[in-house]
Amino acid sequence: MAFSHLLELENVETHLRLRDGTIKAVDGVSLTVDAGETLGIVGESGSGKSMTALSIMRLLPRSGRIVGGKVCFKDRVLTDLSEDEMEEIRGTEIAMIFQDPMTSLNPVFRTGWQVGEPLRIHRHMRSRASIAAAVDLFEKVGIPEPRRRVKQFPHMFSGGMRQRAMIAMGLTTSPSLLIADEPTTALDVTIQAQILDLLRTLNRDYGTATILITHNLGVVAGMCDRVIVMYAGRIVEQGRTDDVFAHPEHPYTWSLLHSIPRLDADEHRPLRPIEGVPPDMLNLPPGCKFQPRCPFAVARCAAQEPELLQVREQLARCWVTQAGTRLDG
Amino acid sequence: MSYILRRLVLMLPVAFLVTVGVFMLIHLSPGDPALIILGEDRNPEAIAQVHQELGLDKPLYAQYLIWVGHIIHGDWGRSITTHEPVWNAITDRLPATLELGIAALLWSLVVAIPLGTIAAVRRGSAADRIATGVSVAGVSVPNFFIGIVLIYVLSVSARIFPFGGYVPITQDPWESLRHVILPAIALGTAGTAINMRFTRSSMIEVLNHDYIRTARAKGASWRRVVFVHALKNALIPVVTIVGLQIGGIIEGAVVTETVFTWPGVGRLAVESIFNRDYTVVQGVVLLAAFSYMLANLAVDLVYGWLDPRISYA
Repeated sequence: MAFSHLLELENVETHLRLRDGTIKAVDGVSLTVDAGETLGIVGESGSGKSMTALSIMRLLPRSGRIVGGKVCFKDRVLTDLSEDEMEEIRGTEIAMIFQDPMTSLNPVFRTGWQVGEPLRIHRHMRSRASIAAAVDLFEKVGIPEPRRRVKQFPHMFSGGMRQRAMIAMGLTTSPSLLIADEPTTALDVTIQAQILDLLRTLNRDYGTATILITHNLGVVAGMCDRVIVMYAGRIVEQGRTDDVFAHPEHPYTWSLLHSIPRLDADEHRPLRPIEGVPPDMLNLPPGCKFQPRCPFAVARCAAQEPELLQVREQLARCWVTQAGTRLDG
Repeated sequence: MSYILRRLVLMLPVAFLVTVGVFMLIHLSPGDPALIILGEDRNPEAIAQVHQELGLDKPLYAQYLIWVGHIIHGDWGRSITTHEPVWNAITDRLPATLELGIAALLWSLVVAIPLGTIAAVRRGSAADRIATGVSVAGVSVPNFFIGIVLIYVLSVSARIFPFGGYVPITQDPWESLRHVILPAIALGTAGTAINMRFTRSSMIEVLNHDYIRTARAKGASWRRVVFVHALKNALIPVVTIVGLQIGGIIEGAVVTETVFTWPGVGRLAVESIFNRDYTVVQGVVLLAAFSYMLANLAVDLVYGWLDPRISYA
C-alpha cells in the first residue's frame, strides 16, 4: 500500500482525560505533508497544535489518547503500529524538537552523548563513533568549537546553542520529517532569526519536510509553503501561506493578522486585539467555536458548526465566507 | 581535590562543636566514675586521688583541651572498667558493625531503587499501592520488632538462618553472609521504605520533565528512558537521605546488635553505658558523630558525580 503524501492525517481525534472531564484536544484534524515541504501550524495556546504533533509521534501525555482517525507515514499507518515499531520510527524517520531548549536536554549527560544517542539506539553505533558524529553535526548546525562543546553539559550552553544542539540531535539519522514545536518561542529575537535560518537551510539542503508549529505569524510567513490555522482543536483555515495571509477566509485568521503590529501599516490604524477569551475546552459553545469572539458572526454561526470547505483559494470553516462574503473590514 | 580540602576545613568548626557536645554530655550526666572504680572502698581521700589520676579535679576547659589533644593523637583514653585502650575496644568491634551497616545499606538500596522506580512508572497501579503499603509498614515497625519476628520465623521455626552471632567475613565468607542477612534486614528495612518513597516521588517528578519527552522522541525505549535518562536525575535527592542513613548506622546498630547478639560498636555502647564506662561511651559517640560528617562529605562528592551543574571549582 503506497500513500501519495509523506504524511497524512485523516480525521485524527485525540482526547485528554482530565479531572473535570474529557477534552477533545484534537478534533477531526486532517492534513498532509509532502516530501521537502514546510507546513506551518498556527494557533493560540490550547488550540491543539502541539497535541496534533504529539499525536503524530504518539508521545501524548499519560492522560492523552488517540480515539479516532489515522496517521499514515510513507507506507505505514502509525496509529496501528506497536510501541516497539513506533520506537523504530521516532528519531529515525521522524524527529521532533521542542519549545524550551533550556529544559529539553537532560542536565546530567554531556551534550555530545545526547546528540549522538539516536545513532546508538537505531544504528547500534558505538559511543565513540556516535560522539564523533555529534561533532560533525554540531559543526553543521553552527555550534563553534564542536570538539570541546560535545564534552560539555547542557547548562554550559546558551539557549540558542541548546536549540542548535536539539536540531543537531534531530538530524543525526537524516529523518524525512522534522516536527518543530515552537522552536524559537523561548529564544531572544536575534537568536530566533538564526534558528529559523538554520531550519530553512536544513530544509533546503537535506530536503527534510518540516512541520513548524508556532503562534508567530511572522515566522510562518517567512518559512512555510502552506499553513494550517487551528482553533479549539479544529482546523479553521488551511491553504498556501501567501493566499491565507493576503485574503484570510476565516475570521480567526483575519483577527490574528489584524492583531499584530506592522511597520508598514497606516500610522493611526489601531491594533485590534481579539475580543473575549480563548475557549473553555471543557465547555465549548455550540455551533462555530469562534463565534462568541467573532466580529462577523451571524445567527447561523451559534446554531450549527460549519464544515471545513473550499472558499476561493483555500479551505475555511466559516458560514460567512462560505456564503461568499469577503473579510476586509 | 581542592574542593575536598575546602570541605575538610569547613568540617573543623563542626568537629569542634561535636567534641564539645560529646565532652559536656558525659560530664553533665550524673554518676561519678570514681565511685565505679573504687567500688565499696570509697573514702574521700581515695575518691580525690582517683579524680586526680583521671584529671577530674582540673577545670572543665582544661579537661576538654587535654582530652581533645589526646583524641587528635589517637589516644582515646582507656576504658574505666577493662583498662583497655578505647581506640582498641572500638576498632575491635568496628568490622562487625561495618559489615552489618554495609549489608543493611545494600539491602535498602537494592530493594528500594527498583521498587521505587516501578512504583513511579506504574503509579496508581496495584504494584504501586502494594509497594506504598509495605513501605509505610516498614517505616512504622521498629527495627527490634522486625528483628525478633525474623529470628522467630526464619531462625527458630524454619531454621534457615543461624540465631544471632557474628562470623568475620575474613574467616568464612559464606557463614558470615548467612549470619549477617537477618540483622541487615532488621536494620535496613526502615531505610528501604524511606528510600523507596524518595525514589518514587523523585522519579515521578523527573518523568514529567521535558528531557524525558526528548528521549522518547529519539526513539529510546521506556526501559532506557527510565533507567538511563531518568534514574540518574532521580537519584540526586535519594543520595541525600542515604547519606543521613549511613551516618545513622551506628545508632541504629545499638538496638539491632543487641537483639542479634552482634558484637559491634552498638553493643559496645550499650555495655559501656550500663557500666558508666564514660571514656568508651565518649569514644563511640564521637565515632558516630564523625561518621555522620564523613557521610555528608561522601554525599557531596556523589552529588558532583550525579549532577554536573554542581560546581566544585
